[in-house]
Amino acid sequence: MSAPGRPQAIVPPRAARRASSTSRSTLSRHTPMSLLLIGLLVLNTAAVIVPLAAALVSSFKSTAEIMSDPFGLPASWSVANFVEVWSAGSFDVYFRNSVLVLLGSEALILGFSAMAGYALGRFRFRLNGAIYTLVLMGLMIPAKLLLVPLFIQLKQMGLLDSLWGLILVYAAGGIPAGVFIMTGFFRALPNALEGAARIDGAGEWTIFSRIMLPLVRPQLAIVAIYTAIPIWNDFLLPIVFISNPDLKTVPQGLSVFFGEHAVNMGALFAGLTLSALPLVIVYLLLSEQFIKGLTAGAVKG
Amino acid sequence: MSRRLWITLFIAPAIAMMGVFMLWPAFAALGYSMYDWNAFTRGEFVGLKHFLRLTEPPYRDEFLNAFKNNLVTFVAVMVLQNGIALLLAYGLYHRPRGFAFFRGTVFLPVILSLIITGYLWQLFLHPLFGPLTQVAMGVFGLEEFAPLGDSRYALATTILMSVWRNIGFPTLVFLAGMNAIPEEVFKAAQIDGATDWQVFRRIVVPNLGPSFTIVVILTFIGAFEWFDLPFVIGGATGNPAGALDTMALMFYRLSFGDGASPVTDVGLGAAVSVVLFTIVLIGSKFGADFLRRREIQS
Repeated sequence: MSAPGRPQAIVPPRAARRASSTSRSTLSRHTPMSLLLIGLLVLNTAAVIVPLAAALVSSFKSTAEIMSDPFGLPASWSVANFVEVWSAGSFDVYFRNSVLVLLGSEALILGFSAMAGYALGRFRFRLNGAIYTLVLMGLMIPAKLLLVPLFIQLKQMGLLDSLWGLILVYAAGGIPAGVFIMTGFFRALPNALEGAARIDGAGEWTIFSRIMLPLVRPQLAIVAIYTAIPIWNDFLLPIVFISNPDLKTVPQGLSVFFGEHAVNMGALFAGLTLSALPLVIVYLLLSEQFIKGLTAGAVKG
Repeated sequence: MSRRLWITLFIAPAIAMMGVFMLWPAFAALGYSMYDWNAFTRGEFVGLKHFLRLTEPPYRDEFLNAFKNNLVTFVAVMVLQNGIALLLAYGLYHRPRGFAFFRGTVFLPVILSLIITGYLWQLFLHPLFGPLTQVAMGVFGLEEFAPLGDSRYALATTILMSVWRNIGFPTLVFLAGMNAIPEEVFKAAQIDGATDWQVFRRIVVPNLGPSFTIVVILTFIGAFEWFDLPFVIGGATGNPAGALDTMALMFYRLSFGDGASPVTDVGLGAAVSVVLFTIVLIGSKFGADFLRRREIQS
């Protein structure tokens, strides 16, 4: 197994896993250490699954049932709580807003990061180093520091209480990471294809969009996941920038719902389940890509 | 079109976005702490007045309490979350049966929003109707069980929530670090007849240098900028009785009001944020330098 040079060590290919079993199998005899480690893994898995499953099951129960039998199955699988959530809350509006904000900011992040990453990774020019440093600086600026100046600025621009305000701020927040990741990948691409296209007389935009972009599609997916999850989950910017009930996002809407339904436990669990479910389902389908994408900043290939 | 024009066209949109919505506001923020503010309208220049206010009552005690909570959180998360994460990673490193399942579940809470995490546990711990409250009162015969409403236990409970939600991240960073250790090192240890514990203690841990550095720095930044969970559980004032207050919460309520009253003090809030980010910047710089020196050079 070529451990040191293996790209994206976090998700070793199946072949590497098989090859590694020879040297690791001796470590997995039934020693106290290995039992402890397996025990911890099982315990942690239970600590994750039991509360989430209990929350899911509780959304089918009444408050009285939750109290009398906290972790049992409901007497009947009633969807009354979900009906209550859907009619009393405005989750259809919240989901629409969250999806719009996500699509808008991702379009800007992916498009602009790919373009800038391409220019920084493939061309030599005088300001290349300076611009790259600027991008690195952008990576280090903490979002909370910007809260007050952005509030004032968005107000002046008429972008307060507007989904566009959220989209532009999220996009600006994601672009440094996007440019950083894309520059690295574009730099590593071989020159041959580009050179051939240039000789054939292809224009710059054609080379970028027809030849280079298709080559970095997997890396664009990493940028998308890395930047999309924090945007989807964020509620700090919406609570500061959005007060119109018709423009609230899912996390913000969930807090509105919790404020208004303080004692109906079943409905609260249903609201929680409803808010969490879309992303959890996508995660269950694409967990490999999610893990790779979300640890991209901390795990070097 | 010329090459130079193309390069400009490729780069300009990204830089313009960053400049307008990030670099310029960041630059503007640096000066805010030096002015008096009437809500969001800037008043006169007051120099270091707001920083001095932070060193005097009543704000001194408020700030020190928040700082203490940040510090406690950092230490607790380092020991509890990152300690357990190291063991979980070593367990995964052995590729036990069900590897993909274990790895998938360990990381699952990381994708949940902090608002969902906070509300989930708040519901389980609801002092009247919470499932965990029922169990605690039923099984242990407690008369009442409300850790989130008790200033002695609220911080510890909220830290546990944070650990529950975040532990998958350091686990997978450590796992990647372990996978990057050359296989020959393990083979040599095996031939020497080292036990699992010896391999863990003498080979795995010392060779995890770079992963340690990343995890420690990210934990430090996360703990000192801690905002979401305390806000979800204890509101802008970090209830109960400031037990959940943090520097970021203090900055937030000074800038945007505490929910109960709309009175703000933007200059003082900006001073808190300057102190907060100076601590984070200096701490992570020195931390990173110190930890990198200790990494095994390979």
